[in-house]
Amino acid sequence: MLNLTGVDWLIMLLYFVFVLGIGFALKRHMKTSKDFFQAGRALPAWICGLAFISANLGAQEVIGMGASGAKYGLETAHFYGIGAIPAMIFVGIFMMPFYYGSKARSVPEFLRLRFDEKTRALNACSFAVMTVFSSGISMYAMARLIQALHVFDGLFNAMGWAPQGIFTFSIVLSAVIVLAYIFLGGLTSAIYNEVLQFFLIIAGFLPLVLLGLRNIGGWSGLKASVPAAYMHEWHGVAHASTNPMGIEIIGLGMGLGFVLGSGYWCTDFLVIQTAMASHNMAAARRVPLIAAVPKIFFPFLVILPGLLAIGLPTPHTTTVERNINGMIVRDTTVVPHNVEEGRGLVPAKINPVTGKAMLTASGEPLLDYDMATPNMLLHFFPTGILGLGLTALLASFMSGMAGNVTAFNTVFTYDLYQSYIHKGASDRHYLAVGRWATVGGILLSIGTAYAAIAFNNIMDTLQLVFSFVNAPLFATFLLGMFWKRATGHGAFAGLISGTAAAMLHHGLTLPIEARPGIHGGWLAVVHHYPSDMAQNFWGAIFAFSINLVITIVVSLLTKPKPESELVGLVHSLTPKPPKAHDVWWKSPEALAIAVLIMAVAMNIFFY
Amino acid sequence: MSLDLRIPMGLMFTLVGAILVAFGISTDGSQIYAKSLGINANLWWGFVLLLFGLMMLLLGRRSQKRLAKLPPAPVDPSETRRGH
Repeated sequence: MLNLTGVDWLIMLLYFVFVLGIGFALKRHMKTSKDFFQAGRALPAWICGLAFISANLGAQEVIGMGASGAKYGLETAHFYGIGAIPAMIFVGIFMMPFYYGSKARSVPEFLRLRFDEKTRALNACSFAVMTVFSSGISMYAMARLIQALHVFDGLFNAMGWAPQGIFTFSIVLSAVIVLAYIFLGGLTSAIYNEVLQFFLIIAGFLPLVLLGLRNIGGWSGLKASVPAAYMHEWHGVAHASTNPMGIEIIGLGMGLGFVLGSGYWCTDFLVIQTAMASHNMAAARRVPLIAAVPKIFFPFLVILPGLLAIGLPTPHTTTVERNINGMIVRDTTVVPHNVEEGRGLVPAKINPVTGKAMLTASGEPLLDYDMATPNMLLHFFPTGILGLGLTALLASFMSGMAGNVTAFNTVFTYDLYQSYIHKGASDRHYLAVGRWATVGGILLSIGTAYAAIAFNNIMDTLQLVFSFVNAPLFATFLLGMFWKRATGHGAFAGLISGTAAAMLHHGLTLPIEARPGIHGGWLAVVHHYPSDMAQNFWGAIFAFSINLVITIVVSLLTKPKPESELVGLVHSLTPKPPKAHDVWWKSPEALAIAVLIMAVAMNIFFY
Repeated sequence: MSLDLRIPMGLMFTLVGAILVAFGISTDGSQIYAKSLGINANLWWGFVLLLFGLMMLLLGRRSQKRLAKLPPAPVDPSETRRGH
């Protein structure tokens, strides 16, 4: 199935060499903790911008969007259009002045400045745990994918090693490489490698999309091969029953766009840290906007392979009979059972006990959508460019890990260690702590990756917990930055109640085709949703609203900080930055309008 | 930062592009391209990457030369920060 030759390995090796080389080259620039944790606050906007979007382009995006494209069609593009773009514009124009201007070294630190110590502690602890687990999940997913694609099988065979070791080998390999380049070069190294990964993804996936489209007969060929609903982003969003994802427009708009999108892009230190590494305020504001531009066009790169995979003809066992000089030769190409039962290039999931395809509630074979994109790579890429495609996949996993690890070591060192364990030490001490926190973070990630093997549902459980914690976050920041009356007690109460609300909502509702348990309804089933996406969105809306209300109420009942302490942290108390732009079209506002126009145009095109 | 990313990145893509082009030339017309619809994907895409890599290298070198010509940047005193 997978035949990797020397060229493929050479390309992969070359990538690892450069990744480590960049780390080594940066080592001598890491003199202070500011250099290590904040990239010296000296990076140009374009690098931070590409890293901003790349930090998010981990395994989840590349494989997951392909899977969603195969399952739901172009509506997946909503994730980009509705969720991300407005959020990115908002954070760049309105929130970055406070993040960057406050000179906070991390998002929890901003909360400390704006609210109080306990709000910072809550956010720092939950974020540190989440980010290290996310890194572990990336590691696990990468090792699993390497196993599924049999990437290292050839190598292990040649060396005479047992194939059971492939999982551990993948985990250790990724851990060692990421550890090395972060240990050496800190955030700068992570950011540089994220930019490298950005271009690698384009290098790996653009030819795939081009080949796939050519094979299927261009855009019209694709339209003819997939259900009509797959090709339209907006058709049928007025009602849940008329679109593949089962969501209506309010759920879509509010849930995805406002709450989930903003919850991530506006508050997650994983992405915010790349913007805060910019060399000045104007650059920091431009960073999310610069990132928004490729974000508008990326749907093509990562969703289309999924769509194409479903649209291509399903391979079947075929026998070709030929007559060679009077001798009849029959050539049979046997296609594995799971491939035959699948659709297009997406195989069916096989029940390991019975050997037959698993079925959905309606009797259709259950498809393994995650294999859509990898199978596309294997199907179209000959050796050579195949190595490039696989390297792009590995790069996206690894940079996902790296971003999480740098966010972890910063939050740990500044918000946990320096604040609660050892205040007032020298800068060199904190730099050393940061390096050791990197080691610790990687070890914890490895632990998570192994735990994921033992406990089947751990990945899903973790994602669920993260969504509980993330959903209400945006409300806190919104109130913090735009309402001077918000207090620390309010914020703290709001965060806790928002998370509790998310958990409660999950416990009381269930998507239609699921059973109570990890999909919800573990308290009682009070309401059914047409899909778990819909449940997710409405849960987010619920959490956000509860947080908003509680924060407002408790804030009004408690005493706020004196206004003098809030200058530069709240919109109404911050002087407007002077318009220092030489040309009007370079200003963040102009860039934001351009981005909005582009986004709307794309949505109209794919209506 | 004194290391302009465009230089190592440009170098990497130039090398990868060169490898693919060389491999593409040496395997031109081979069976392996049946997968990619008969197109020598290695040759064509390798060429694109090679061009991209060279462009990045050029931009990086030019920027570095420009920075080297500027007078050394003044050491800026540590900025005052609130709290920690």
